[in-house]
Amino acid sequence: MRLVTRRLLQSIPLLLLVSVVVFSLLQAVPGGPLAAYLENPNVRPEDIARLRAAMGLDAPAGVQYVRWLSAFVRGDWGYSYADGRPVLDRVLERIPATLELVLGSTLLALLIAVPAGIAAATRARVDGMLRVFTTAGVSLPVFWLGLVLQLVFAITLGWLPSSGRQSFGDTGLADRLTHLVLPTLVLAVVQGAAWTRYLRRSMRDTLDLPYVRAARLRGLSERRLVWRHALPNALGPFVTVVLLDAAMLASGAVVTESVFAWPGVGSLFTEALVKRDYPVLMAFLMLGAFAVVTLNLAADLLAQRLDPRSRDHAATGA
Amino acid sequence: MTQSTRTASALRASPALLFLVALVAAAVAAPALAPFAADAVDLANRRAAPSGTHWFGTDELGRDVLTRVLTGARVSLAIGLLSAIASAGVGTLVGSVAGMSRGWLDDLLMRVTDAMLAIPRLPLLMLAAAVVQPGIPALIVLVALTGWMETARVVRADVLSLSSREFIQAAHAMGATPTRVLVRHLLPAVVPTLSVATTLAIGRAILLESTMSFFGVGVQPPTASWGNMLYQAQSTMSSEPWLAVFPGLFIFATVLACNVVGDSLGHVPRRQTA
Repeated sequence: MRLVTRRLLQSIPLLLLVSVVVFSLLQAVPGGPLAAYLENPNVRPEDIARLRAAMGLDAPAGVQYVRWLSAFVRGDWGYSYADGRPVLDRVLERIPATLELVLGSTLLALLIAVPAGIAAATRARVDGMLRVFTTAGVSLPVFWLGLVLQLVFAITLGWLPSSGRQSFGDTGLADRLTHLVLPTLVLAVVQGAAWTRYLRRSMRDTLDLPYVRAARLRGLSERRLVWRHALPNALGPFVTVVLLDAAMLASGAVVTESVFAWPGVGSLFTEALVKRDYPVLMAFLMLGAFAVVTLNLAADLLAQRLDPRSRDHAATGA
Repeated sequence: MTQSTRTASALRASPALLFLVALVAAAVAAPALAPFAADAVDLANRRAAPSGTHWFGTDELGRDVLTRVLTGARVSLAIGLLSAIASAGVGTLVGSVAGMSRGWLDDLLMRVTDAMLAIPRLPLLMLAAAVVQPGIPALIVLVALTGWMETARVVRADVLSLSSREFIQAAHAMGATPTRVLVRHLLPAVVPTLSVATTLAIGRAILLESTMSFFGVGVQPPTASWGNMLYQAQSTMSSEPWLAVFPGLFIFATVLACNVVGDSLGHVPRRQTA
C-alpha cells in the first residue's frame, strides 16, 4: 500500500513537468496562440490586442501557466479555435471510437503474440520462420501498411470499406465490424510482432534459469515445463510491456485513425494540427501523457502482484 | 550463446548491412545514378505506369519516381543517420552524468527523462514541427531531441553497474579524475549497448521522418523525401498505386535492414558483468 501512495505522489511532479514542456512549446509559437488570427488579413491589429487582453495573453508566461493549469485540473480545457466548442466536449465525444480501436487491436495483437511467442521460444523451426515475420512487422511504416491494405482489400478487391467507422444510415453491427477490420489489423500487426518478439525473449530467458533446468533433469515433460513452470514467470514482464505499449498506441492511433478517417481522438489531433487549434493539441498531449503515467503505475503495481520477489523488496524498502 | 547461432545471426545480418551500404552509396551518387534530372518535369508523360524507361513510373508532374526515390533517399537517410547519432550523443551525456553524479542531479535528469518519455513522441514531434516549420537541419534536431531518453536510461544503468566493478574503483583509487574515469573507462564499456541502441534509432528516426512528412509537417515539397512522396500519393492511390508502393517499400526495406543489423549486434555476447 505504501508503494501505491509513493508511486502516486511521484507521478504528480512528473505530470507537472510534462505540462511545463507542453506549455512552453505552445509559448514558442511565433505569434502565440493567436497565430491563426495574425495570418488573417480581415482581423485588425486592434482586434488582436483586444483578444490578447481578453484571453489573458498579456500576462507574464508564469502567470498564464498557473491560470491555465488551475483551469485544466478543474476540467476547463478552454475552447476550440476551430468551432468554439469546449475542448473537453470535443475530446470526450471522440474517446469511444479510439477505445474501440485500441482495445480491438490490443486483443487481436495478444491473440497473435501469446501463441506465437511461446511457439517461437520452444520450437526452433517455428522460431526461424516467425522471426522473419516479426522483424518485418516491427519495421513496417504504419501509415504505409494502412495505404497498402486499403489498396488491396478496399480498392482492388472491394471486400471491406476503406475508411470511416460506419456507413451512412446503416448502423448495424456487421457494418461497424467490417469498418473496424482494416484499422484494427494495421495496429495489431505492428504491435503483435513487437509483443511476439518480447514474449519469445522473456520465455527463452526463463527457460534458461536453473530452476527450469532442474525441473527438466527431474524428468518433467516438456509440455509441463513450458506451461506450468516457465510461462507464469515469463508473463510477468510481458504484461508490463503490454500495458506500457497500450499507452503508446496513442501515437499509433494518430496515424491509423487519420489514414482510415476513423473518428477518434487521434484524427481529432491531426485535424487540430491542420487548423493550428492549440487548446485541442495541448489537451491531446496532456491526455496522452496522463494515459502513459497511469498505465505505467498500473504496470508497476501489477508486476508487483505477479512477482512475489518485488513485494519483498518493497516491504523492506530496498 | 553458441558459436553456430552467433554465425547464423552474423549471416542474417550481412545482406542487410550490404543493402544499407549500397543504399547509402546510391544516395550519395544519386545525381550521377538517377536516370533523369532530379526535378525534371515532363508534362507529356504524367502519371505514367512503370515501364522500361520509367522503372517506377512517373508522378502527376511527369517526374521520374525512381529518380525521386533516389534523391529522397539522401534526405531520408541523412535525417535518420544524423538524428540517431545526435540522440545517441545527448543520451550518452545525460545517462553518464546521471549515473556518475547520483544524488540530486541524477534525480533531476531522470525525472526529466521520465517526463519526456511520458509524452507521446509522434504527436509531440508533429506539434513541434507545425510550430517551428523546420528545414531539414531543424528537423534532425527535433527528431534527436525527442529520441535520447532510452539511450540515457541504458547508459545510466550501464554506468551504475560498471561503477561498482573493481577496475573502475581501482581507477578512482589511483587518483583518476571523474572525467578521465568516464572517458577512458566507462564510455568504452558502454559502446556495445550504445551501438545497438543507435542502430535501432536510425530505423525509428526514418519511420518518424516519413510519418511526419506524410502528414505534411516534415520535409516540405518540392524537396523529395520518402514520406512526402507518399503524402502526395495518398489522394491518387486507386489510379496510380505505384506512387505509393515504391517509396513505402524503400522505407520498409531500410528500416528492416537497420533492425536486422541492430538485432545481430544485440546478439554479440557482452562481457559478463557479474
